[in-house]
Amino acid sequence: MKIKKTEIVDTFAEAFEMWGSRVIITADTLGWARAAAQSMTGFATSVIRCKCEAAVECEIAREDTPDGRPGISVLLFTMAKDNMSARLVDRIGQCVMTCPTTACYNGIPSEDTVPVGGRLRYFGDGYQISKKVGDRKLWRIPVMEGEFVVDDSFGVQPAVGGGNLLIYGPNRSTTLRASLAAADAMKEISGVFLPFPQGVVRSGSKVGSKYKGLIASTNDEYCPTLRGFAPKTQIPDGIEAVYEIVVDGLDEESVAEAMKRGMHTAAEKGATLISAGNYGGDLGKYHFHLNKILEG
Amino acid sequence: MSIKLTLRTRTNVPLEAQCINPDTVKHLSQSGVEHLEVIHGNETARLGDFFTVKGKGHDTIHVEGDTSNVKYLGAGMTQGEVIIDGDVSMHLGCAMTGGKITVKGNAGDWVGPEMSGGQIVVKGNAGHMVGSAYRGQPTGILGGEIFVHGNVKNEAGNSMRRGLIAVGGNAGDFTGVNLLAGSVIVCGEMGARAGAGMKRGTIVSFSDAEMLPTFEYACTYHPVFLRFYLKHLRDQGFDIDDRYINGRYDRWSGDSIELNRGEVLLFNR
Repeated sequence: MKIKKTEIVDTFAEAFEMWGSRVIITADTLGWARAAAQSMTGFATSVIRCKCEAAVECEIAREDTPDGRPGISVLLFTMAKDNMSARLVDRIGQCVMTCPTTACYNGIPSEDTVPVGGRLRYFGDGYQISKKVGDRKLWRIPVMEGEFVVDDSFGVQPAVGGGNLLIYGPNRSTTLRASLAAADAMKEISGVFLPFPQGVVRSGSKVGSKYKGLIASTNDEYCPTLRGFAPKTQIPDGIEAVYEIVVDGLDEESVAEAMKRGMHTAAEKGATLISAGNYGGDLGKYHFHLNKILEG
Repeated sequence: MSIKLTLRTRTNVPLEAQCINPDTVKHLSQSGVEHLEVIHGNETARLGDFFTVKGKGHDTIHVEGDTSNVKYLGAGMTQGEVIIDGDVSMHLGCAMTGGKITVKGNAGDWVGPEMSGGQIVVKGNAGHMVGSAYRGQPTGILGGEIFVHGNVKNEAGNSMRRGLIAVGGNAGDFTGVNLLAGSVIVCGEMGARAGAGMKRGTIVSFSDAEMLPTFEYACTYHPVFLRFYLKHLRDQGFDIDDRYINGRYDRWSGDSIELNRGEVLLFNR
């Protein structure tokens, strides 16, 4: 299949079951909310070494946030539900509670919840106060400018992690331009996020390594510098760079929609070829077939 | 479709009509509702002796007529809705655990005593002891919400342990006296000795108040949590100006003769 001159490889992206949460950060100004969100989503590119994947989802207008102040929505995914509470407590505690004027709320109304404020409250050293407004239980933790307000628990839901596109191009600048444009277009879809810097990955990985103890290593099949001798190179003639876009989402449909939008945008911006990464289909529950997505 | 109860004539002595709650009438026929027991002064009578009953088998009850001398409406209800067109007397929603009571007029003393859930809305004024503990009892309401759009008299929230009491107008003396926890929000002025003997909990007023000497000023700040309450009250039909949502409040801690973990927040003009 082709989108104009861009070839779409007949393959699929293999994605995994994860657990997703949505964190709403508000502050007196959007700038402070964004500062907390950026801090909270730092070093959260891949579960391989970061224990979670997270990124800013979108800005939220003050009239749509729980406390009527400017807000930022953050999505944070983990591989296991049991890990979610610890990840949220660590990141909210260190990156949001510390940030001036912020408050932090659950963004997924689910009966499936994990404790967050209920654990962070101990920072209050006995001076914390709980409040219940309607169905919402909040904790007020005294801090040096007033109080940090955080929801007692956060909703979690099954999610999809590891949807991906491989963008091939004739040189690094063209390929990067196409990849960046694709990533920006994919971020527009609600409920998805791209955990890597600007959404673009240059160090795609394969499972395992020749070195004992490493669970992942460079994906040599896609490294142009190894084309001469890598045993199974996937770099065709005329290709000098490949970038990966990893996309996580709260559901399968939004990931597929993001991938579709990404493929069209990358093709418009000069990608030579678009493929996707998989592990033969045995590891991940979700298979996003590129051609089916484009036909759908 | 709902059950409509219309009081035919105003009673001169109080009528205790605890049976007027959705749990009791929901599964009864019209005749069954008419035969429910009420206390008229010191005598037992039938509901049908005073009320005209229309409809059956529904968990919404409309009460019409001059019910200003009818007590215990909605007492003990766990679900459903009671809508009262006029005024009511004492003990409205006593010990209710769920559902909603709306009074379009005024309510007497002891609104929602021993309440632990549900919602009471009084569009007019209410008397003394709103959401308070009965005398001799250690705790007042254990949960739920009481919204009085007009004024209340003394001791609103006496010994309450959980829940929310909101007053659109002024409150009398001893607002939140002996408060254990929970929140009392007064959009107007509070009378003397607000928070006397409070252990924990929150009392808020949009007006200044003279604090007891056993309360200590802590700071003037933006309480973020209060935005939730005020937005919630706005959703309930209270006229809450943005300046109260975005404004700063003086925080007083007390009562130091007790646990000293309570707070009184007074809007800072």
